[in-house]
Amino acid sequence: MLRFAVRRLLGAIAVLFAISVLVFLIFNVVPATNPAARIAGKNATPQLIKNVEKEWGFDKSLPEQYWTQMKLIFTGKATSYSLAHINIDKRILEGIPQTASLCIGAAIIWLAFGIFFGYISAIRAGGFIDRFVTVIALIGISMPVFWLASIFLYYLTYKIELFPASGYEPLSNPVEWAKHLILPWVCLAVLFAGFYSRVLRSSMLDVMNEDYVRTARAKGLSQRRVMLRHVLRNSLIPIVTLFGLDFGVLIGGGAIVTESLFQIEGVGYFVAEALNQQDFPSIMAVTIFGAFFIVLFNTIVDIAYAYLDPRIRLGTSAA
Amino acid sequence: MPPESEKQGTEAPIPTGTGALDAGLGIESDGARVVEAEAGDGRQAGGPWRIAGRRLRRNKVALFSLAIFFLIVICCLLAPVWANHVADTGPNTTHTLEKLHVNGEVREVVEPSGKAIGPQWFEAGGKFFLGADGHLGRDEMVRLLYGGRSSLFIGIVAALITTLLAVTLGLLSGYYGGLTDTFISRIMDVIWSFPVVLLGIALGIALAVGGLKLGPIHLKSSSLWIPTLIIGVVYTPYMARPLRGEILALREKEFIEAAVAQGASDRRIMFIELLPNLLSTIIVFFTLNIANNMLLEATLSYLGAGVQPPSSSWGTMISEGFDALYSQPILTIIPGTAILLTVLSVNVFGDGLRDALDPKSKVRFEARAGTAAEMDNPV
Repeated sequence: MLRFAVRRLLGAIAVLFAISVLVFLIFNVVPATNPAARIAGKNATPQLIKNVEKEWGFDKSLPEQYWTQMKLIFTGKATSYSLAHINIDKRILEGIPQTASLCIGAAIIWLAFGIFFGYISAIRAGGFIDRFVTVIALIGISMPVFWLASIFLYYLTYKIELFPASGYEPLSNPVEWAKHLILPWVCLAVLFAGFYSRVLRSSMLDVMNEDYVRTARAKGLSQRRVMLRHVLRNSLIPIVTLFGLDFGVLIGGGAIVTESLFQIEGVGYFVAEALNQQDFPSIMAVTIFGAFFIVLFNTIVDIAYAYLDPRIRLGTSAA
Repeated sequence: MPPESEKQGTEAPIPTGTGALDAGLGIESDGARVVEAEAGDGRQAGGPWRIAGRRLRRNKVALFSLAIFFLIVICCLLAPVWANHVADTGPNTTHTLEKLHVNGEVREVVEPSGKAIGPQWFEAGGKFFLGADGHLGRDEMVRLLYGGRSSLFIGIVAALITTLLAVTLGLLSGYYGGLTDTFISRIMDVIWSFPVVLLGIALGIALAVGGLKLGPIHLKSSSLWIPTLIIGVVYTPYMARPLRGEILALREKEFIEAAVAQGASDRRIMFIELLPNLLSTIIVFFTLNIANNMLLEATLSYLGAGVQPPSSSWGTMISEGFDALYSQPILTIIPGTAILLTVLSVNVFGDGLRDALDPKSKVRFEARAGTAAEMDNPV
């Protein structure tokens, strides 16, 4: 077990390193303009550009540049010049409560609906309910966030002022907090709910053919009990895996569109803001942190699985 | 997938969880193998493709979706016809100070307040069919058709790029194994570790600044090829990984062993023996990939990291329209609905295609019949 964990961790560190190099290359080698002038922002004085050049190491060789920039980002010293000279890492930290509120609420909604719809369409596979749920799920998967968000914003916050239009209220005022977040939660959850119900349906249909389900029936358990206890529980494994990953992505700054549409000033909103100003350092930092978060999350999920299921760690060490 | 189609996967412990795409679309990794088995005596039975075709023809909803998709494609391809013969204007032509004669009335295209004219349908002879787009007074319908060309181009060409890359990489790493496999798999791991949207944004914004200069390839920053390439590359691991898994399973089969024993070359085994067995998976992935690509394009363009002006797409139209959401919601809703309809039609068709190509659905139906029988006879 320990050997598996250590190997998995070493692998994760290698991936983390590769990610940081890749992001560095994307932002420092790909663009065909002077990076220092770009970082310094519009209307920068020549002196500022010189300072930026020194700070970000553009006067040095590429490996040194990489080292300088990573040091800036990871020690929390990176400043965004285009965005009112804010400290990038601090801004990301400040955005986490908003992003987390958005993601956790949305996750509860999408898990509840995804599992409910997946379950009823699997136990009625091929029937009318199944076909109906399939269509609804496919609409959910195909729905662009902005479409739903603009309909919500126009009809529910402007035409009938049922909800506040945008913004974020801290959790210290739970009613306002929830009222401000309901629309973004739904917008974000629709896609995943549709997707998870499809995954659960196909996973349940697979599990229904297993021997232990037949055994459970043979020993006379009720249909309901077989479905809930034996089929559903075993079908949830892919959902758990997917959930870990999707949630990691969203927390790592993935809910950019939802956050910017609803003016929730979380990590994703910061990315959208930085994009408007083409502020490379901010996007670079969020991308690196986001990817790091996902890799760590995956590693933890993998190790947890290996701990829970010996087949996995044996399988991996044999490979 | 999906809009915020941030999908991630990992070296997942469960076969169905190897990746969101794989799991979600429920592509059974052994589906192709069963098709193979049927193909053994397939000549008499009509062949697996004929069977799949028959199944697909019975799925009216899927066929209807395909028809809708083709209709949208044809409309967008005919954009110049509409622009030149009906609307008499181009997608970027402004009509700020012009007046429009509608049923004998004279209306301003853009009111002094900045509010643009609403949908005129055929009242002005097809001009401003869907109204004008905000203070620039461009014809929304013409823009919609031209924007659709960009969106569809990116969706389809990026899917081709993804498929080409994924099949090549999947075949190389799945068939050769060893160092080749390790090398390719690690690169895929790294790309896989990014949230799709963030990687797309990073590449998009880096390339939007100065265009792409790579050896002989020279792309301007406004070129449609930039978002196309980015989207094509970003989704590659989501297709390459499941394909590799399927190849690993196929490699252990007797027919590959037989081919090796006969002295077949690597290339022959890869392209003549393996590839046909992967075809049904590839087709389904390709179809659903188009839908995902179009959503990612819209997201990137909305954020300013996709299609760059003066080119436009449905994503950039939403981005422009959203600024005037409360005065003219139609400018956001029209391109949004266009994306929704197109993506939905592709997704429904892809779903039907998967059902048709996946013989397991038959097995499932029998399993269900079994449960139904049990429920009818209470014990």
